[in-house]
Amino acid sequence: MDRLKICVEDFNFYYGNVQALKNISMNVYKNSVVGIIGPSGCGKSTFLRSLNRMNDVINNVRVEGNVFIDGKNIFGSNVDVVDVRKKVGMVFQKSNPFPKTIFENVAYGLRINGIKDKKYIASKVERSLMDAALWDEVKDRLNESAFALSGGQQQRLCIARALAVEPDILLMDEPASALDPTSTAKIEELIQELKSNYTILIVTHNMQQAARISDMTAFFMLGELIEFDQTGTIFTRPKKKITEDYITGRFG
Amino acid sequence: MQRHFDDELQKLKNNLLSMAALAETAIHNAVRSLEKKDRNMAEEVIKNDAHIDNFENIIEAACVSLLALRQPMAQDLRFITTAMKMNMEIEAIGDLAVNIAQRSLSLVDKPMLKPLIDIPKLSVIAQKMVKDAIDAFVNKDEALAKNVILQDPQANAIRTSVYNELIYDHIAKDGTCADRAIALMLITRDLERIADRAVSISEDVIYMIGAKIVKHHPENLEQ
Repeated sequence: MDRLKICVEDFNFYYGNVQALKNISMNVYKNSVVGIIGPSGCGKSTFLRSLNRMNDVINNVRVEGNVFIDGKNIFGSNVDVVDVRKKVGMVFQKSNPFPKTIFENVAYGLRINGIKDKKYIASKVERSLMDAALWDEVKDRLNESAFALSGGQQQRLCIARALAVEPDILLMDEPASALDPTSTAKIEELIQELKSNYTILIVTHNMQQAARISDMTAFFMLGELIEFDQTGTIFTRPKKKITEDYITGRFG
Repeated sequence: MQRHFDDELQKLKNNLLSMAALAETAIHNAVRSLEKKDRNMAEEVIKNDAHIDNFENIIEAACVSLLALRQPMAQDLRFITTAMKMNMEIEAIGDLAVNIAQRSLSLVDKPMLKPLIDIPKLSVIAQKMVKDAIDAFVNKDEALAKNVILQDPQANAIRTSVYNELIYDHIAKDGTCADRAIALMLITRDLERIADRAVSISEDVIYMIGAKIVKHHPENLEQ
């Protein structure tokens, strides 16, 4: 199956003695958007961060099981974690532009990858800003500080920065939770545009957002993947009662 | 901002239009099968109703899914709730056309009771009302929807006059023609019910356009 992009197999994750993820198995297909929902502390962010080994920077963590991306186990012994993260970009809840110009924020990843060709960098920056639906708003002020942008623009800048290094997969951890409805709508529309070229996993506290933008929805609870199905199925006829209780707000 | 949601709404609209076109054809052919005593055409109407039913299920599922996944507000919400009601009305119009086709089949082998004048006339009016109601929906045309509602008395008047004619000029004079007369009365009633369904769609369309409620409040039509 060449459309299979990510294959998670019996994945367990521990912070010290605390098991944060229990036997997670999940297949993610190319060019799909997967929404990950669940109450706080259910492991959804831990799961997301496992997919580009961002959890490696935390002390005393341990993983079991496999995560294959394009058939290659990212926890394999001879894997270069930098290559993994190049392939799997990430956008966080709070926009985190560097204290640099708009242009340099997007060019950053290219420069640290050793690219020096100014023309190439300029065209890549433009392309990335266009793909992030930000170009028209910033094309005349590329040399201004990124901090001069609004919150919604900063978040799209971070998306452009992630896109510049040409990842295949985008991980988004609540990318719109700090934004107003208009900026949120822009990010959501953007995700729909991006999925033709990327595979996207998005953690969101906002179930409605998962409903609106994702093709597949995963419901996590206490470190377990309770239900993973077509979004239309999850939100109209979930198979598990606990999923139903969560999405209808009858939880607890 | 162009929304992906708009594409989904357009798809829903296209499905409703295709379904409505099938229903309009069904009415036309059902009445034509009566006029021409065409058994095949009547049977075709009955058979083709499955396509309309199929659309009903598809549209219903799409509406439920859009409500669940998009949480529509304001005009988007009114659009989808209206689409759900129209879906029901159009399906019912299809069933009424099937009724007509069945009565037409029952008359195929019998001599024509009288020349058909009012029934085809009522059929044309009913079809036009359905078509206008759907057009009003597509073009968000409140004036057209209002016009459909105002035509209903005309459809009712034809029905009553057909009833009177069949009862007093035929059944009362010759009881043996009662079966044919009653079949024609039922067809007339089905056509008048189709006109009522078109009125119902139009009332929903007016609500969809400007959230004005004219159902059970005809006085609001004047505003």
